[in-house]
Amino acid sequence: MTSGSPSLTVSRLAYAYPDGTQALYGVDLTIERGERVALLGPNGAGKTTLVMHLNGILTAGHGTVEVAGLAVRADTLREIRRRVGLVFQDPDDQLFMPTVREDVAFGPANLGLRGAELDRRVHDALERVGMLDAIDRPPHHLSFGQRRRVAVATVLAMEPEILVLDEPSSNLDPASRRELAEILKSLDVTVLMVTHDLPYALELCERSLIMSEGVIAADGPTHALLADERLLAAHRLELPYGFAVPAQPG
Amino acid sequence: MSAGHHHPIYRPADTPVHRLPPQCKLAAVVAFAVFVVATPRERVWAFALDALLLAAVAVAARVPAGAIVRRMVIEVPFVLFAVAIPLIGTGERIQVLGLSLSAPGLWAAWNILAKATLGVVASILLAATTEPRMMLLGAERLRLPRLLVQIATFMLRYLDVILDQMRRMRIARESRGFVARDLRQAPVLAKSAGALFIRSYERGERVHLAMLSRGYTGEMPTIRDISATGRDWAVAGMLPCLAAVTALLAWSTT
Repeated sequence: MTSGSPSLTVSRLAYAYPDGTQALYGVDLTIERGERVALLGPNGAGKTTLVMHLNGILTAGHGTVEVAGLAVRADTLREIRRRVGLVFQDPDDQLFMPTVREDVAFGPANLGLRGAELDRRVHDALERVGMLDAIDRPPHHLSFGQRRRVAVATVLAMEPEILVLDEPSSNLDPASRRELAEILKSLDVTVLMVTHDLPYALELCERSLIMSEGVIAADGPTHALLADERLLAAHRLELPYGFAVPAQPG
Repeated sequence: MSAGHHHPIYRPADTPVHRLPPQCKLAAVVAFAVFVVATPRERVWAFALDALLLAAVAVAARVPAGAIVRRMVIEVPFVLFAVAIPLIGTGERIQVLGLSLSAPGLWAAWNILAKATLGVVASILLAATTEPRMMLLGAERLRLPRLLVQIATFMLRYLDVILDQMRRMRIARESRGFVARDLRQAPVLAKSAGALFIRSYERGERVHLAMLSRGYTGEMPTIRDISATGRDWAVAGMLPCLAAVTALLAWSTT
């Protein structure tokens, strides 16, 4: 494998949309292999724009993005999109095939896998999210939480270097939210999670990045960042009512 | 969440007809329809034979007659058109129950009715024994342009999502006191339709992004192999072959 290189390296990434709106003003971040990192920040901070750069849907205006040592460029897109698994916020956008099986197979089939190897990938991915029973069902017959888990499986089937989740806990009921957390903890893969759900970030990610006005404004242990009320307030972040950051474990 | 949206025309079962690969069934139905249309309309017995063939298929597929009859409602517009022809037709006229009807018109009406009914019943049997997505895979095997098949596949997947969105918009309208009483409310409905279009278009863009993220390069990968054996083709071919024999007999007895 690609030992040595971090899973993700972003340096001096800047981007302006075609209409001239500058969204990123020089983003620097590094995520090591196996880390689970939360990307926090208010709406409009540039989180989604950053995520779109990670698998080359948007291409850097300035600066570079490297995934496990491979730079995101037009000629590396195919391999980059295998290495970066993007899970979108609305599972109905992600699950576009008539059945769960075909949807999970879509990514690896695009990578050229066929037959028994393809079947194995599909089975493994669905098993890891506990959705193997639904393999032959159409996605619209599943509950929202189940669809989100299948959406994670569609990306796991590509055996990515890094899993990027956009608002993984949004619209989930408390039980589904917890089940998804357990699944994410059980995965042996690097995770970057964009979220407004600060307790979820605290539960799942040791480290967090706060993004604000197109730059990384803070980078550190989630526990320390969330305990810093002034830092949170400065970036329009708030803990939910009644929630207190538990005392530092250990 | 929307609920209870099966495709009730499909009747799940495990019969020889259900098991046939979809491309064989599709081709068989199209060929059957062509041979039925090629049968001269004056040979009434030939159409009775064709109907018997379909009845045999229905028995083999365990599709009850009631289900077929209910689905045949789709034919009603054609029936209405056929009924009108003898009344407005020209040529030799005959008296039936005090009505003056055109004889060629009657034949024309019979021709439309008999052939359309056979075609409709054959399609109903196809739909009752083939899942919609299998139908699309079959169509792809039959070299239907892949782009058309892709569009139809997405329609199948997103129909319920869009209907659900439409339902939510209707509830939102009605919650604020909207009642569609007459034409004056049409602009509101038109704006809703416009909003629904924009939302669906935006969803299309997001789906495309999701596809690109998983390595889509413009071609859908073939994931399910539904190849047909010679035996499958032979079994499915019995229906059009027998219809062809019927048509030939009908022509040769003139």
